[in-house]
Amino acid sequence: MSDLAAERLGWEPAPRQGWVAPHIASEFPGLGIAWVEVDAKPGRSPEPVRRRLRDLSDRTYGSQAIRLRERPIPWAYRVFFRQIGLDPDRTRTPVEQLTLDRLHDGGFSSHGLPTDALNIAIVETGVALRAFDADRLSGALCIRDSAPGESLPGAPGELPGGTLTIADEERPVALLFGATGEGFGVEKGTRRLAVASVQVKGVPQIAVEEALWMAASTLEAA
Amino acid sequence: MPALLKREEFAGLGTGIDERRARLELRRQIGRLEAELAGLFGEAFGHTEVAHRVEAPAPGPRVLDLGELEAIRDRLAERIGEARQALVERRQVEDGNRKLVERMLAAPEDFKWVRVSRQDLGLPGCGHWHSRPRLGPLGMLMGWWRVKVSSGCPLAGRLAAVDDEVETREEEAGRGEAGAAGCAETRQAGLCS
Repeated sequence: MSDLAAERLGWEPAPRQGWVAPHIASEFPGLGIAWVEVDAKPGRSPEPVRRRLRDLSDRTYGSQAIRLRERPIPWAYRVFFRQIGLDPDRTRTPVEQLTLDRLHDGGFSSHGLPTDALNIAIVETGVALRAFDADRLSGALCIRDSAPGESLPGAPGELPGGTLTIADEERPVALLFGATGEGFGVEKGTRRLAVASVQVKGVPQIAVEEALWMAASTLEAA
Repeated sequence: MPALLKREEFAGLGTGIDERRARLELRRQIGRLEAELAGLFGEAFGHTEVAHRVEAPAPGPRVLDLGELEAIRDRLAERIGEARQALVERRQVEDGNRKLVERMLAAPEDFKWVRVSRQDLGLPGCGHWHSRPRLGPLGMLMGWWRVKVSSGCPLAGRLAAVDDEVETREEEAGRGEAGAAGCAETRQAGLCS
């Protein structure tokens, strides 16, 4: 926590650093999870947020989409996807998926909050973010592999042994770069959000903190 | 000898095998190959198609074993080889087309009606070189051939003018069918003539 630039600079809310299971951390140096909690509820995005999406659309071109995978942060996520057995051309990294959607739809469409706030931060920084219902989480978030017999809430069957998950202190709440467990995502009744970033080797800490700060400040301002 | 291939025997020899270090090394190689493939993909885009897909070995995210990491690394290396080959072949085609244009410019009458686009030369934008006769049929009869270089992409103003003309025609047609309520909408949907 103390090495977070955000904390040193007094950013509020300060991000919290999660942990990675030691045997996973030894396989993937640089892997990390951090999150920030924000009082916000889902709903229609205010005009400044939608205007920002439009501005982002104007700044995003097809040529950038082609060269995106050569940029350090999107490349780092692509490599990590390959290293954990995902095909980044099928299960796309968050920033690549958003850029493709932008080209397909002709602009970044507004999907309301918190999605718009996360999308802005993802496109601006390239860092992978996702949101959970903070009131449903118990304790710190972590990245670990699934234990035998564990399952993702709401999903049928058990998780295959060794599946990489984002978990709280009790159970897996989402697959790493995959589905969110039922009840842990942002729903109508959500009043407090946990915006989480997954950092992989090659993604600078400052980019992670900037992404979290950007998403949190957009949500707080709304 | 087969005993030497058993892992526990290596421990006895004092050499040891650290699989984790081997996995880390393979992951490093995958990262380097991914960067190289990304560069080739960007270079080839718009000129030729390169196969860049490498299927996922796992249905979900997990720590891959040595064999799976090796398979990904090998497939990435294959893709890079194929992409390089595709780019070399494409460059050969473009060089051939460039020489063809030079020969066309030197002797247009030897390349009657041949047309080469900028895309065929790997150049951006619209436009083409077209060997055609001066003064139409007279030039054909007299053998007055020349290479005409097109003026490039249509200007936005010209495209807008085409749109305006189409709209004007539609409006005129709409007035002719006055009284047919809702026809404009159905025409747009292609249901109204």
